[in-house]
This record gives sequence, structure tokens and C-alpha cells, in this order.
Amino acid sequence: MRLRLATPRIGGMLALAAVIAVLPLFLPNNFYFDVVILVGLNAIVCIGLNLLVGYAGQISLGHAGFFGLGAYASAILTSTYGWPPVAALLAGAAGVGLLAFIVARPIMKLRGHYLAMGTLGLGIIISIVLTQEVDLTGGPDGMPVYGFSVLGWEPSGVLVWYWIVGGLLLLTVWLALNIVESPVGRALRAVHGSEAAAQTMGVDVVHYKVLVFVVSAVLASIAGSVFVHYIGFVTPSEAGFVHSIELITMVVLGGMASIYGAVVGAAILTMLPQLLTFLHDYEMLGFGAIMMGVMIFLPKGLVPTTARLIRDRAR
Amino acid sequence: MLTEFLQFLLSGVTVGATYALVGVGFSIIYNASQVINFAQGEFVMLGGMMAWFLFERAGLPMPAAVPLAIAGTVMVGLALEKFAIEPARNASIVTLIIITIGASIFLRGGAQLVWGRDFHALPALSGDAPIDLSGVAVNPQSLWVMGCTLIVIVLLHWFFSHTMTGRAMRAVAFNMLAAQLAGVNNRLILMFSFGMSAALGALAGVLIAPITLTYPDVGIMLGLKGFCAAILGGLGYPYGAIVGGLIVGISEAMTAGYVSSAYKDAVAFVIILMTLFFMPNGLFGRRGIERV
Amino acid sequence: MIRDIIGRAIGGLMSALAALIVAAGGAAAAEPIKIGSFLAVTGGASFLGDPEKKTLELYVAQINANGGVAGRQLELVLYDSGTDAKKAASFVKRLIEDDKVDIILGGTTTGETMAVVPLVERAGIPFISFAGAGVIIEPVKKWVFKTPHTDGLAVQKIYEDIRAQGLKKVALFAGSGGFDKSCRANAHELAGKYEIDIVADETHGKGDTDMTPQLTKIKNTGGVEAFLYCGFGADAVVAAKNYRQLGLTLPHYQSHGSASKRFVEGTAGASEGMRLPAAALLVARQLPDSHPQKKLALQFEADYTARYNEPISTFGGHAYDGLMIAIGAIERAGSTDPEKVRDEIEKTANYIGVDGIYTMSPDDHLGLDTNSFVMVEIRNGDWQLLK
Repeated sequence: MRLRLATPRIGGMLALAAVIAVLPLFLPNNFYFDVVILVGLNAIVCIGLNLLVGYAGQISLGHAGFFGLGAYASAILTSTYGWPPVAALLAGAAGVGLLAFIVARPIMKLRGHYLAMGTLGLGIIISIVLTQEVDLTGGPDGMPVYGFSVLGWEPSGVLVWYWIVGGLLLLTVWLALNIVESPVGRALRAVHGSEAAAQTMGVDVVHYKVLVFVVSAVLASIAGSVFVHYIGFVTPSEAGFVHSIELITMVVLGGMASIYGAVVGAAILTMLPQLLTFLHDYEMLGFGAIMMGVMIFLPKGLVPTTARLIRDRAR
Repeated sequence: MLTEFLQFLLSGVTVGATYALVGVGFSIIYNASQVINFAQGEFVMLGGMMAWFLFERAGLPMPAAVPLAIAGTVMVGLALEKFAIEPARNASIVTLIIITIGASIFLRGGAQLVWGRDFHALPALSGDAPIDLSGVAVNPQSLWVMGCTLIVIVLLHWFFSHTMTGRAMRAVAFNMLAAQLAGVNNRLILMFSFGMSAALGALAGVLIAPITLTYPDVGIMLGLKGFCAAILGGLGYPYGAIVGGLIVGISEAMTAGYVSSAYKDAVAFVIILMTLFFMPNGLFGRRGIERV
Repeated sequence: MIRDIIGRAIGGLMSALAALIVAAGGAAAAEPIKIGSFLAVTGGASFLGDPEKKTLELYVAQINANGGVAGRQLELVLYDSGTDAKKAASFVKRLIEDDKVDIILGGTTTGETMAVVPLVERAGIPFISFAGAGVIIEPVKKWVFKTPHTDGLAVQKIYEDIRAQGLKKVALFAGSGGFDKSCRANAHELAGKYEIDIVADETHGKGDTDMTPQLTKIKNTGGVEAFLYCGFGADAVVAAKNYRQLGLTLPHYQSHGSASKRFVEGTAGASEGMRLPAAALLVARQLPDSHPQKKLALQFEADYTARYNEPISTFGGHAYDGLMIAIGAIERAGSTDPEKVRDEIEKTANYIGVDGIYTMSPDDHLGLDTNSFVMVEIRNGDWQLLK
């Protein structure tokens, strides 16, 4: 007999909320808060990406491009044109959503991993444009971003940002859970299982694939906007290929088709560079080895594999 | 006007030949396993770096350093297949892609550790003095690059049509299961594919290093653009990759010369998107029938 | 998280052990002076960051072996920012909040430096940058100083040399990084003052491996008399090589970003005859004996080559000067109190460094002028001082 609290929906969210509420007591100084906030923002992007990879079975190798576009939209609209930050955030999200739609529609009609290639190309193009349009974006060295305020209230101090990001994360998890357990989610799982079968059952495969891609892109854009206001600075590397790879690795590491897996993956990979600094020259080597090792031995990702172990033990 | 155009064309063909060699590597591995090997660019880097190390530090003459560098890279390619791809052969494509990406990071980290992070020059095979052909400055190394690529094309053609292994590889590309039933050892073919792709990549690395310098990160962009070449030609069609590479290289040079040097790098990726929108199977690919 | 704690515990243990061994006098172990540093040891600027790291490590060990500063040992906390502005910002946060360093030296590139300026200004901690662009100290920021010559000074020196040869029409070629952009902007701004005509103006992307299209356009521009390249690193080498490959023979000028043997070796002979402004360190042996920097420069060269078995570069020199200026300020201030140290850095006067003779002031957080530059030409793969 299983406890009701063990259902992913309520139990998971409560657990996450509890962790978010209690964590500040354990963080010794601002630097740790910084890392945790970054984990939260990466997690938001990863949850969206996870919906795409895990539930719709598609890969995006250029998702950092959307993150970067959201970041720069906020940076440029607020700092150069004086827009209110929330309006800039929404404008960025809308623009990114539109772009994702335009790009995904033709590609999603194809079977196979064409989306991987398309997003790879798109991500790199975005990062090149952001680097080269020096007058608009400040070029390779980026630009500073000033002041985030919502209706006159300005968050100051790391703790406030922590609550903002924590809240957004919970909201994103709730949104993702709702999608997964709705008719849309079921359609997605049908698509993932077998596109041809789903199509014969009347599921508009292309429509759902595009939908989930756009949602994941918009989430990335919003995370990018918040990120840039928190850090106060933006560089084109936010949209770069390396960042895209980091994001997809977080998703696959944590577990595909697992929302909490995305959070775990984001946490581990965000903290890893800080943890690996003691490796000094061996850092990159170690990182690559860890990536390969986890993928070879735990191909389903950490959270599903651990969950299965626990379930098997419980029998 | 004409000399300028020819100058751009020359630089485009030279760099395009490099992309072609890298692209062929992608196609060969894809054919044997459906895996997109994101460590392909690192084979290029290893070829160039090993050659530099053997020449500069171990003091070997170039004619010895080059084949050894290629052999060394082939060893790395085989090791990659044996220790990273084979153990995960039943995993999903996404997982395999991530593994190759992890391998590429690992190889870069290793290269940095062993050889340092600096950039290095390889001496050109026949000197640096440009040859003047009615106003167009021809770099002798460019001629080597183009010449070797041509030889590779001829060799590939002979290999795929006249040797058992080559034909076995074509069989696997066509239908893996049927080939296996006909007695082809898929695992050996996969190993061989990795070795061959590594050799092609290393050759490209050794040829291009005198022009572009070699350093641990040199493989990233070269790998990605070679990938664009392979897609343009049709993933899985080696000859297509060659044509694709040349098209990408020439387009880049023309864009830099006539349009804007800032967006040179974007050209290859715009080509990918255009290919996906208008001819997803590439120039030479045929529409496959997907088994349900 | 646990690994992080263990890692730092081991690090702390080792530095404590090292301090004990070195402080053989057995005096009561005083609080070490913590010097924080973030350098581009990897990434595109690694050929600047790597010698900077080596220099800091070499001299911190040397100073500690000689008793430290004001009886206290130096502790160097160094992170690799990988030529990435975001990583730089992240590590500086860590240095300020977590490692609680007393002073920060580093920021190999302009991009990385500019990204951390708001952080050090807010935290009120002195920062000496090793990056080139003028924008770092123009306008002056309270807590930010730098040791390398600015690109503006470099352009001035180059223009002086061009005019001295009676030439006027210059082709400009620049990359797209912070230093490159700044150098290019200065080239345009100062052109009028030196009666220079910029007749061609091309750019290339970061990490471009083939610049022949852009250089071909320059080659076909009529009347070009001299060529100036704004950039450094692998890009500068490719630009130089492509320049020769196209058969261009016009006077070719590089910025002081290429003042390193790695540039000369990378170009494999293509850089013969090219000129650049450099710190006197590079040609120490060719200096007259009366030159105030000669002795120090030779000593630096001897120390560095003995320890690392590789040629010196001015980038190591920037790090050396930065470290010494910082130490000097701490000694004069008698403490590591940030305000006092900052004030003392600003009071640095006629400090003879390997890269130049520094005299700072509240308006000038660099303290160098064109006199601290010499013009050198590359001959037979080595630096030749031009009179």
C-alpha cells in the first residue's frame, strides 16, 4: 500500500518547497546563495527542456540560444531603451516563442533527429549574431544590465533573489506537472512511444511537438531574463554551444521524462565546476569522464535509476 | 575584380576540403551506427597536435611525424569506440550523442593537460612562400590540402566499390539487420568506421594546421562545420559530404569577401537550417522509408 | 558540497603546512595576507594568463621564502576564469565572499576585468587588473587599477613611428574582443592628431582561422602605406601569417598584445620585420646600462627562465608589477585594511617595474606614459630595439 504523499504531484512539490524554505539556514555566505540561485535558474530551463527530450523524445542542441535571447532582450530593452523590466521579460518571451514556432514547424514534420541539427544551427547563429552586433549587444565582452524593479519595488540582496527564483522554480514544476498529467501530456507520451501509432490514433503529432518545443523555449527565455537581472551582466556565451551542451547534459544526467530529475541534473552540473576547481588542470578531463561515465552506466539518468532501485528494494 | 574573386575561391576551396574530410568522417560513423559523433572535430585536433608534438618536441622529421600522428589518432578513435560507444550500444540516440560530447570534452581536457593550452604552428609541407598565379597568391599548403583530398576521394571510391570491407560497410549503411544476416560482423564494421573517421580527421588536422595553427580547442568549430557539410550532402553519403564541405567553405569565403566578414562563421549554420527547411535529406540523400 | 569542504580543507591544510615549513623562524604564525587572483589560464587568452599565473606563483613563493610581507606570509588563491567574463564574475564573488581575500590581482582580458568591476567597487576591495584596454581606468574607478599599457598608448607609439617614416595612409584590421575594439576605436580617434589617414578598415570574428578574404580586400585598396592590427593571441598569428601568404610587404604593426615569443614562434618566420611597441623588459639586454629598468628586467628574466624553462613575456611582467605594487602598498599601509591599501596603491610614485616606471595618482590608475614603451622590430625571430 503506497502513501498518497508519494505521488509525484503533491509529495514532490511539498518536498521541493520544504527544501527551498529550509536551505537558506545552511548556506554560509553569499557565494553559496549565488550558486544555489544559478541552480534554480538552470533547473527552470531544464524542466522545460526535459519536457521536450523526455516526453516528446526530441533533442535540442541549441537551447542556450533561447536563454541568451531572453537575457539580451531584457538587457537591451531595459538598459538601452529604458523599458520596464517585466515588460522586457514578456517581450523577450513572446519573441522567443514566435521564433521557436517558426523554426520548429517545418522541422517537426520530419522524423528522426533533424530537430537536433536544426537547433544546433539556430543556437550557434544566435550566439554569433549576439557576438557580432557590437553596437547593439556590446560584442564578445557583453554588456552590463541595470536595475530590476516590479512596479517600483526593487529586490536587493541575495536572499530576496533566492526567494524570487525559488518561487519561479516551484511555479515551473507545477506547470510542468500539469502539462504532463493533462491530455497534452498523454498525447506527448503517445508521440514519444511511437509517432506513427499516435498519428493513426488521431493525435496531431506535429502540433504537440511544436507546442512543447515552444513552451520549453519560452521557459528558457524567462529564465534568461531573470538571470541577467540577477547577475547584472550578460555575455554572448550565455547563448553559446557550450552552454547548450551543459543544459542538455543536465537533463539527460538527471533523468529524461523526470521533472525532478531535471532539477537534480541542474543542481549537480551547476555545482560541479565549483567542486572540481581542486582538480585544477584535470578539471575538463574530469568533467568529460563524468559525463561519459554516467551516460554509459546510468543511461536512464540519475533520478529514474535511483527511483527504480528504491522501488526494487521496497519489494 | 577577377583576381579578388579567385583569391576568395581559393581560400574557400582549401577550407572546404577540410570540412569535406571531417564531414566524410561523420557520414561513415553515422552509416555504421546511426550515431552522430561529436568528437569528430577532436580527431582533427589530435592529428594536428600529435604531429606538432612529434615534430617539435620529439624531433621527428615531418615525413615520420605525420603518419605517426594519424596512426595515434586512429588508436584514440578505436579506444573511443571500444570504451565509450560499445558499452552503451543499446542506449538511446540521445544518450549516445551525449557520450560523444562527453568524449569530446574529455579529449580536449586531455590534450590541454598533456600538451598545454598554447597554440602551435606546424611547418608547411613545402614552405610558406606564396606562388603568384597572375595576381592570385597561392599558398603551397592549399595545394597540398586540395591534392590530398582528391587522393582521398579516389581511394574512398576504390575502397567502397572494390574491397570486401568497403562493400560490407555499404551493406550496413543500407540495412544493418540484413547485412548481419549476410554474415557481416557489425561490431567490427563499427570499429573500422571509427578508425577510418579518425584517420580522415587526423589527415585534415595535419594538412590544415600549418595554415590555421593547432591548439586544444581547434576541433570544436571545425567539427561543427564538418557536421554541417555532412548534413548538406546528406547524412550517410560520404560523397555528399565532400560536395557539402566545398559548398560550405566557398560560401564562407564569398560571404567574408563580399558581404560581411563578421558573419562568416554563421554561414555554415544558416546552410544547415536552409537544408532542413528545403531538402532535409541533403543534396544526395534519398527519402527513406521508415519502418513502423 | 561535502567534496567542496574536503577539497578546501585539504587546500587549507597544505597551505598551512607550507607556511609552517617556510616560516622556519618559529615565530607565532601571523594571519597570512590573502591575495586573490583570477586569470585566463585556459581559453583564448591562455598565452597571456598562463605566464601570469606562473609569475604570481613564482614570486609569492619567493617572497614567502624571504620572510613574507611585514612578517606575514602570502597566500595566493587563484582561479582559472577561462577567458570567460561570466566565470570571472563568479570566481570574484567566490574570492570576495568565500575566500575573503584582502586584494585581487588578475583579469587577464578586458572582458573579464570589466565584468568584475561592479563587484569590486561594491565590495570595496582593491583590484589590480592585467588587461589592456583603456576603458578599465578611463574613467577612473575608485578601486580599480591596472599595470599594462593601454591600447591608446600603444596606438600613439605606433602612429609616432609611422609618421617618423613619412607614411600616412594606414589600413586597419581588428578582431572583435574588448581590447581589439578599444584599440580600433583609439586608432580612429587618434588618427587626426597624428595626421594619419585610415583608408581601409576590416574586422574578423573571434577565432577566425582564415583571414585571407579580409586581407585581400585590404591588399586591393589603393594607396595603403602601412598596416595596423588590433588584437592578440592566435588571431594575431593567423593575421600575420595570412598577411605574408598574400604576399603583402607593407610595414606591419602589431599591438603590445603580441609582445611574446609565442607570437613570433607561431608565425614561423612570417613576422620578420613586423614592429610593435613593447615594455623595455622584452629587450632588457639591449638597453643601455644606465637604463633604470635594466637590472630588474634581467633579474626577472633570469628567475623566470630558470624556474619554467620558457621565454619571458611582458604578460608575466604585468603580473609581477601588479604583485609588487600591491605588496608595496600593503607594506606602506602597515595593514591589509582595504581603504588604506587602496590609498597607498594610488600613491605609488616612480616605482620601477619590469614593464615601466609607474607614478599613479587619483586621476591616473595606470601611471605609465609613452616613454615607458619602446618600439621593437622582429629580426631573426628575436626582438630588436629600435632607436
